[in-house]
Amino acid sequence: MTPTTRTRWAILSLTGPAYLWLACTIFLPIAAMLALSFLDKSPLVPKPASFTLANYGAFFGKPFYWSLTRWSIELGFWVTLFSFLIGYPAAYALAKRVKGRWREAIFLLIVLPFWSNALVRIFSWTMVLRSNGIIDLGVQSIFPGAPTVDLLFTYPAVVIGLVHSYLPYMILTCYIALQAIDDSLIEAGRSLGASKLTTFRRVVLPLSLPGIISGSALIFVPVIGSFMEPRILGGTKGATLGMNIEEQFTVTANWPLGAALSFILLAIVLIIFGVLYPFLRKQGGAA
Amino acid sequence: MTGKTRDGKGGFGRVSRRNFVAGASALGVGVGLTPFLNRRAQASTEVKVLNWQGYGTDEKWALEAFKKATGLDVVHEYYNSESEMITKLQTNPGAYDVIVTNSAWNGRATEQGVIQPIDTAQVSNFADLNPSFRDSPLLNVDGKTYGVAWVWGITAVAYSTDVYKDVPTSIEALWDAKNAKRVSVRDDAIEAVSFAAIATGQDMNHPTDLAKVKEKLLALKPNLAMLWTSEDDWNKQFQAKAFDLSVYWSGSALRSKTNFKLPVGYVVPDEGAVGWFDGLAIGKDAPNAEGAHKFINYMIEPTYYVEWATKVGAPASANPKAMAALPDSDPSKAFYSDEAAIKRLQFMAPLSDQERQDFSDLWAEVKTEYAK
Repeated sequence: MTPTTRTRWAILSLTGPAYLWLACTIFLPIAAMLALSFLDKSPLVPKPASFTLANYGAFFGKPFYWSLTRWSIELGFWVTLFSFLIGYPAAYALAKRVKGRWREAIFLLIVLPFWSNALVRIFSWTMVLRSNGIIDLGVQSIFPGAPTVDLLFTYPAVVIGLVHSYLPYMILTCYIALQAIDDSLIEAGRSLGASKLTTFRRVVLPLSLPGIISGSALIFVPVIGSFMEPRILGGTKGATLGMNIEEQFTVTANWPLGAALSFILLAIVLIIFGVLYPFLRKQGGAA
Repeated sequence: MTGKTRDGKGGFGRVSRRNFVAGASALGVGVGLTPFLNRRAQASTEVKVLNWQGYGTDEKWALEAFKKATGLDVVHEYYNSESEMITKLQTNPGAYDVIVTNSAWNGRATEQGVIQPIDTAQVSNFADLNPSFRDSPLLNVDGKTYGVAWVWGITAVAYSTDVYKDVPTSIEALWDAKNAKRVSVRDDAIEAVSFAAIATGQDMNHPTDLAKVKEKLLALKPNLAMLWTSEDDWNKQFQAKAFDLSVYWSGSALRSKTNFKLPVGYVVPDEGAVGWFDGLAIGKDAPNAEGAHKFINYMIEPTYYVEWATKVGAPASANPKAMAALPDSDPSKAFYSDEAAIKRLQFMAPLSDQERQDFSDLWAEVKTEYAK
C-alpha cells in the first residue's frame, strides 16, 4: 500500500520536530567541529584563520598518537569483553530465571549506579582500590601479612572503573534481547534431543546477538573516547587518545587539533563497525 | 603554572567537560548571544572577578571588608587553566572587571586585546610595589601598565619531612634511583619542560636542546608514582603516602603544612627552580572599571595581605610593606626573604604558540612512554 498524501503529512509532522531537533543539536555542532578541524588556529583567536590539513597530518606524523589510539581501542575491547562476561549471564538470569517482583528489585539495583554522578563513582573507586583502601584492608584482615593490594594507578583500575560505569548498558540490551526469545523455541530444541549447551549455542546465543551487538556498541564507542576514568584511576598508566583530545581543548587551547583528533577517532570507530557489521549480520541471520 | 588553590571539590574531568561543552556551544551559537546575557544592570554595584577558585580574591572576610569600605559586591567566576581564562575573556567580552593573570599570560592577554590599560593613579598602593615586579616588561607594554603585580611564588621541590631527615638540596633527588616510585610531578607540559630544562642546565623558558629535555623527562619514569593535577589532589595523595618528593607550588606547600598539618618540607634546589608572579588586570570594556581599580588597590594593601597570609596562607606579596607587616613568627616571612634562594630562580616569560605546542607535544609523547 502506498501512503496517501494524508499519511505522508502525518509522518512528516510527527517525525519533523525530532529531525529538526537532531539537526540543530547534533549535526550543526559536529559540522562546526569538522570545519574547525581544517583551520590553522582557533576561531576565538582574533586573527584570520586559513585552511590546513596539518592537524590531520600531526596525527599521522607522530607515533605516540598511534600508541594512544591503539591503547584506547584495546581499552574499549577489554571493557566491552568484561561487561559482556559479567553482564550477559546477569541478563540471562534476569530474563529466564527470575520472575515477578524480584525482577523489578534486581533491575532497580542494576540501574542504581546511573543515578549517581560519574565523578563521584570514580572517586569512590580510588578509595576502594588504593593501598590502605577498602580492598586492601579487607585482604589484610583475612590474611595478615599478605602483600599490599594497591590497584590504584594501574591499568586494571581503569578497566574496573569503566566496566562499573558501562555494565548496565550491556545488561539492559541483552535482557531485552533474551526476554524476546520465545521459551517454546528452547523447549523445542531440548525435545529434539539437543543438550542444554547446544540449545544455548544454537538457539539462545544467536537470537540474543542483536542485544549483545548493540550493548557492545554502546560501551565500546564511549570507552575509546574516555578521558576522565583513565586519568583519575590510571595515573600515569591511563593514557588514552581521549585524554589527549581533552588537553588540546583545555590545556593547549588548540581546538583545531583536538577536533581533528576527534574526527580521526570517529573514523576509526566507523571503520571498525563497518568491518564487523557484515560479519555480525551474517551470524545473526544464519540462526 | 602558578601556586594556586584549585577547586577543592572539583575534578578536572568534570570541569573540563563543562568547559568543553561551554566552549563548544559558544562556538555554535553562543558567540552572538553572550554579550546580551551579561548582567549590565548590576554593574555599578558589582565587581566581577575571574580567578582560580580559593585563590585570595574570594575569601569571605575580605569581600565583607571590601563591601564595608566601598559598598561594592564582588562576584566570582573561576577558571581551571590559563588557556581557559583567555577563552573566557574572548567569548564573553565586557563581562569581567578584574582578572588574575599570570606573568607569562598577561602579555598574551594584552596581545589578544582582552584586557585594558590600568590607570595606576587610581591605585594608591601602586607606588609601594617591588619595582622588579611592578615595572616588569611582562606586565607593562608600550609604557602602559596592563597588570598590577600582586603576589609571587616559587615552583620548587616539596618533600616529606618524615622520610627525609636531610634536606634534598639537589634537583637530582627527583631522579635518584633510591626514590623509585616515590616522586610526583604535575601533569603540566610547561612545568615539566621547565624543570627538566633547569635540571639539564638550560634556559627554562626557551630551552635550546629539547631532545635533552625529553631524555631527562623519560629518565623520570621509574621514580614516578603519579602525576598530580590540583592542590587538593596533591594533599590527599601526599597524606595517603602515594609519594614523598614532588615538584610543588610554594604557597600550596605552606598551606599543606600550616592548614593541613602535613609533614611537608620545601626547598629551592641548588640548580634553581621556577619563579612566577601574578598580576591583576582589568578586562577590556569592563562594566565597572572604577570598582575594578578599587578592588585591585585593596588586593595589594598590607592589611588585606597580612590577614590572608596568616589566616589562610598565601604566596608572597609583591608589596614589600605587606611582607614587612607579617608577624615574625610567620613561616613565609623568612621563607620568601631567602635572598640566595630567590637568586636561583628563573622567572616565567611568555611562550610563543609554537613553543607551547612543542612543549605540549613533547609532554604528551613522554606521558605515552610513562604509560608503557
